[in-house]
Amino acid sequence: MAVLVVALAAPAAVWAQGRLSGELEIFSWWAGDEGPALEALIDRYEQLYPGVKVINATVTGGSGVNAKAVLKTRMLGGDPPDTFQVHAGQELIGTWVLANRMEDLGFLYDQEGWQKVLPQQLIDLLSTDKGIWSVPVNIHRSNVLWYIPDNLKKWGVSVPKTWDEFLQIAAKLQAQGVVPLSLGENWTANHLWENVAIAVLGPQKWQALWDGRLAWTSPEVLKAWETFGKVLQYTNRDAASLSWQQATDMVVHGEAAFNVMGDWAAGYMSTTLGLEAGKGFGWAASPGTSGIFVMLSDSFGLPVGSPNREATLAWLEMLGSREAQDIFNPLKGSISPRLDSDLSKYNTYGRSAAQDWRNSTIVGSLAHGVVANERFMNDFATVMEIFLSTRDPQAAANAAQAVAAQAGIGVR
Amino acid sequence: MRTGKDRLLAGLMLAPSLALLAVFVYGFIGQTLYVSFTDWGQGAALALNPEIHFVGLDNYRQLFSGILDVRFRQDLVNMLFFTLFFVALCLGLGLLLATLLDRPLRGEGFFRTVLLLPMSLSFVVTGTIWRWLLQPRGGVNVLPALVGLPRLDFLWTTTRDQVFRFNWQDVPGALLLGVGLVLVLLGVRAWRRREARKAGLLGVPGLVLVLWAALGGAAGWSLVPIKELHGFNLALVGIVMAATWQMSGYTMALYLAGLRGIPVELREAAEVDGATPLQVYRYVQLPLLQPITLSAVIILGHIALKIFDLIFAMTGPDNAVTSVPAILMYLTTFRGNQFAKGASIATLLLLLVSMLIIPYIVSSLRKAPER
Repeated sequence: MAVLVVALAAPAAVWAQGRLSGELEIFSWWAGDEGPALEALIDRYEQLYPGVKVINATVTGGSGVNAKAVLKTRMLGGDPPDTFQVHAGQELIGTWVLANRMEDLGFLYDQEGWQKVLPQQLIDLLSTDKGIWSVPVNIHRSNVLWYIPDNLKKWGVSVPKTWDEFLQIAAKLQAQGVVPLSLGENWTANHLWENVAIAVLGPQKWQALWDGRLAWTSPEVLKAWETFGKVLQYTNRDAASLSWQQATDMVVHGEAAFNVMGDWAAGYMSTTLGLEAGKGFGWAASPGTSGIFVMLSDSFGLPVGSPNREATLAWLEMLGSREAQDIFNPLKGSISPRLDSDLSKYNTYGRSAAQDWRNSTIVGSLAHGVVANERFMNDFATVMEIFLSTRDPQAAANAAQAVAAQAGIGVR
Repeated sequence: MRTGKDRLLAGLMLAPSLALLAVFVYGFIGQTLYVSFTDWGQGAALALNPEIHFVGLDNYRQLFSGILDVRFRQDLVNMLFFTLFFVALCLGLGLLLATLLDRPLRGEGFFRTVLLLPMSLSFVVTGTIWRWLLQPRGGVNVLPALVGLPRLDFLWTTTRDQVFRFNWQDVPGALLLGVGLVLVLLGVRAWRRREARKAGLLGVPGLVLVLWAALGGAAGWSLVPIKELHGFNLALVGIVMAATWQMSGYTMALYLAGLRGIPVELREAAEVDGATPLQVYRYVQLPLLQPITLSAVIILGHIALKIFDLIFAMTGPDNAVTSVPAILMYLTTFRGNQFAKGASIATLLLLLVSMLIIPYIVSSLRKAPER
């Protein structure tokens, strides 16, 4: 039976002859809500390769704070897992690729024809001139504005298309005792900053910022900090003590009108809170970013010295397949990066996001590791603290420029 | 002959521990110190063979005067204020509770258990509980509402308000002034004991330092190019409350044991001499508790200096207003991949803790042979 399944499912792979054996250790921070989606992938893998013993090495902790520390001690100690979860893009490239710790997966892309089914803009973000470094499993969108349609009607406001429009609406909302935009802890402030900055700069200049073609102290970026400062005036005072879920709750409970968050918020509202997509909650591209898809992606790569290379390649090959992605993403609440994914398997929000994925300009997220390396991201949290304390665009811009120079942004 | 054999046996038994200690404690301290003097691979810090250049004290210079390390300096200030308030509150509260429990009291065992209980929790648990209690929209802020008063709206662990602010540029001047004053005081003390030479050696440089600092000589010594204000973040009040809640039971137990250890005869003798209960407390009991205070300061002090888990659990890694160097060290090293700078922060923490511990060990070693 197993042989039959293998023969039907993976005709292309050379290693998928049912002879694959040994172990496969998968290192990730997918626990809790995301656990079942990973389990489903592992189940599928075990069906395909019954000879391989899969070790699910999950280290809990939001966005991998703990997992990344564990991973680093393991890699430095010469005990790499077979494959590990990592935010696609510079978080991987600026950390592990730069250190020559990853294998180029370009041959896998050629062999599986992924270049044809993945958007070129995505592949650019995953690559350097030396190769393509990971296989993206999912895509999340980070530039989404969330609201409750009925509440907006009650307050007599519409969804803002630009930040200027938002600032006008915000005064009106504040007069009614409503927080115009709910905000959470430090990283959600980074997330909001990125949304404002992309709106002010536009996709080309945003990319130029990361290539070093646009200075952090340029007037455009200063303008972004200024706009961000204005928007911040309309957020809740207790932001720093709220998680992103609590900030979303403020919108759901009618204390706040809008929230900018990634589209995992859709999963939270529809699955955890039981709201109906489109009716119970509504969404739009965050102000000034319609036609732009700010993406982040979880991906897996192949570390140099992976103890079970063959089994890992089989895992990566499966991850990139349309079938595995359509098993994983509806459960995780994300979409598949593949342009040929089966949209009937996704919910209302997912279908809308997948449409946008196919029709928008794709840019990478800063807050979620696509465009900047870990060192920059870590120090950017301090830049944000400087701004939140001083509210001085020039001070923040100077600090960001210094951080970029130290972190080697723009000298790729 | 027997003693020789004993010694050999003792040496053999101790050797493995000593060897392990040498490698895993002192060896790694040395390694950390070495790393802190390098630039550890810069961007490619995680390479198999990172490029390592010796940069001397550059990491330390940046921490104290680099523009981007403003967070480290505030964290350092946070840590010092936290240590000060936490130790003082634990000592005060512990002494108060111990004094109250020392009186004949029904249900003493019950109170002792209740007050000691928080200590049995880990800081992570304490942090989680207090995180709930200090939510701006819940917990203690809604307490007044229960009796009909308006709710509080203090932002416990997130407010950006500061008190006791000072300019970082003034720090070197203030430090030199402090050193000068201490030297002058020591000189005056030596003069009184008629040790003229020692008095001159200490007093004269002290006076020079004081005069130099007072006349503005230190002004040119500013660490940072622009004015940089630091102070006590009021957000730390919540952290101090949680930590005190956890550890004051411990000082209470120490003081209670101390009070119980004072011979009854002393108190009786004082009473025979006509001392009031307050006088007995002030002149007999309190002075005898001094060694206990010292050990409590050492224990609490080093807990406060290296505190990490409580704050991490209460406010997370990125809430800079309550951050301390230990958290920054973790983030710098394991999130920012700056191993050299992380090692420098670790070394500074070790230095601070040893400033507290080493004098204590030295003084207790000195006392030991007298026994």
